[in-house]
Amino acid sequence: MKILVPIKRVADPDNANKVKVSADGSRVTSEGLEQKVNPFDEYAVEAALRLTENGATQSREGEVVVCSVGPKDVAQTIRGALAMGAERGILVDGADDAMDANVIAAVLEKLYAQEKPDLVVLGKQQVDGDSNQVGQILAERLGLPQATFANSIELADGGKACVVGREVDGGVLRVKVGLPAVITVDLRIVGSKAIANGITPATHAYPDAPRYASLKGIMSAKKKPIAEHTIASLGVTEAPRIEYLKFELPPKRAAGVKVESVQELVEKLHSQAKVI
Amino acid sequence: MAFRGVDYYEIGELLSDEEKLVQSTVRSFVEERVLPDIARHYEAGTFPESLIGELGQLGLLGAFIDGYGCAGMGPVAYGLILQELERGDSGLRSFCSVQGSLVMFPIHSFGSEEQREKWLPRLARGEAIGCFGLTEPDFGSNPGGMLTRAQRTKDGFVLNGTKRWITNGDVADVAVVWAKLDGMVRGFLVEKGTPGFSARRIHGKFSLRASVTSELFLEDCLVPETALLPGVEGLRGPLTCLNSARYGIAWGAIGAAMACYECALGYAMDRRQFSRPIAGYQLVQHKLVEMLTEITKAQLLCLRLGRLKESGRLRHTQVSLAKRNNVVQALHIARMARDILGANGITYEYPVARHLLNLESVYTYEGTHDIHTLILGQDITGISAFE
Repeated sequence: MKILVPIKRVADPDNANKVKVSADGSRVTSEGLEQKVNPFDEYAVEAALRLTENGATQSREGEVVVCSVGPKDVAQTIRGALAMGAERGILVDGADDAMDANVIAAVLEKLYAQEKPDLVVLGKQQVDGDSNQVGQILAERLGLPQATFANSIELADGGKACVVGREVDGGVLRVKVGLPAVITVDLRIVGSKAIANGITPATHAYPDAPRYASLKGIMSAKKKPIAEHTIASLGVTEAPRIEYLKFELPPKRAAGVKVESVQELVEKLHSQAKVI
Repeated sequence: MAFRGVDYYEIGELLSDEEKLVQSTVRSFVEERVLPDIARHYEAGTFPESLIGELGQLGLLGAFIDGYGCAGMGPVAYGLILQELERGDSGLRSFCSVQGSLVMFPIHSFGSEEQREKWLPRLARGEAIGCFGLTEPDFGSNPGGMLTRAQRTKDGFVLNGTKRWITNGDVADVAVVWAKLDGMVRGFLVEKGTPGFSARRIHGKFSLRASVTSELFLEDCLVPETALLPGVEGLRGPLTCLNSARYGIAWGAIGAAMACYECALGYAMDRRQFSRPIAGYQLVQHKLVEMLTEITKAQLLCLRLGRLKESGRLRHTQVSLAKRNNVVQALHIARMARDILGANGITYEYPVARHLLNLESVYTYEGTHDIHTLILGQDITGISAFE
């Protein structure tokens, strides 16, 4: 089985409160913040690795190709995924500002045509833009079945289909999709028994988290190939369809008011807050 | 908020992608697997044994060795590993220093091919634990005076003597024991369970409580001919090992110092006395700036030390300078952090007293602060002040 995993780097989500808006309001700036792989994408890499290995013996039984679109230094983000165990990387050079979900999906469509994977597995959304669209647009462009918000994936029908558990309001919806397909993953996809590939013994329990890149993994990642393209060299001509007009921070909250009595509180809740 | 490290001079820029990846991996490991539980282990006086397998799986044991199941990392990556581990606890870093620099390193450098094949892969995976027996109750700074003796017999060697302050001594599967054979210091691999070999834990420690410390007893302990490390004679053997370990300690101390600084800075920003956060007072700012300055200097020392080691030009006296400086500065930083934290600074709730007490041991082991002073004094004057 061959899986294509698109990943993106984002400003360190643990320091998201340090993200600023540029003085002219034209863009969000994250200068000085460490760039990390989007957490949902890291989960997608983990899910793809679990689908293509024997978890008990740690032998690789398939191929995971990781790709990313962005400036040249996303190579480091790709290396991180290769260090976790992915086989190859593809870097598509492009400026962060000149992209939206539609452009990314168009790029991935071309990579799909080159690679012909059995599955595309990606994070359900990026924690910076939060648009939650790339997987869906890609599936539409490719005419492939899609299963979004996956919290479990089980290979079925001798590897010709997947049964995917989807996070939905109030429960889990199980759907079966024929391969090839596009799957976007949610947090619980890294649960210890979330992936069943028919190779890893059912008794094997993974840790409830994506794996650490081992030192040997890091050393071998140095030797793994990362192919480079540009958006133009792939023949993608799509322009972003979304135009950002202006960014501004939420207004600062006004200071609270101290009240002297219950009477006054009730009055204010009625006349000012208008909640009673 | 996750720990981002202290990097005032943007030293991160000077690291390779691979070194950065190693650092962030170990940092996450410490954050997620070590810190939640380490204070409890410290209080109970137990080593977090459940982590040994994970250390092995990540490749953190003997990471600088090439082959035999080890990752073959460069010296800077090795240093960063120990720095991040010691941000967790000096006990954890000591475990890795001993396993890597004091056990796997001599087996790799001075051992026979059979000894390497037998021990290195298991030690790398954390399936076997090693210890290093050099120090004796009456011979610490002066290892050349050791009383432990080896005598040749027709079946091998008979060892007699006592070793003390041995990290992992009573949990080790193999001990690298240094003993005098015909007046010459030699290394022996003594396996757990060998008749005449026993170990006893040392209890009642204020420091390195999340680390096992023991005493080793060799009483007419017969080891086979194959126990001898064939590749080295004299004090050069153990001193080469110590040099590798000291290199790691110089890095490790930065980790403990960073943990204390971060904690003190955060605390000073939150803690209000009189009219504002205590971080707003000059005396507190002075302490914080001293801490940051010394951390930054220590980082630059270590990075340069690592690059020298990489290019094969490192002198052992240069390692002495870094170990001596970085540990004493980390100790000062821990004390200042404890001061800033006030009464809270003495509790298990915060890491600073734990680091402070740990660093008291680090100050003494692997060549005391004063001995490193004499090593450097001799190097620059040509005059020995040892005796």
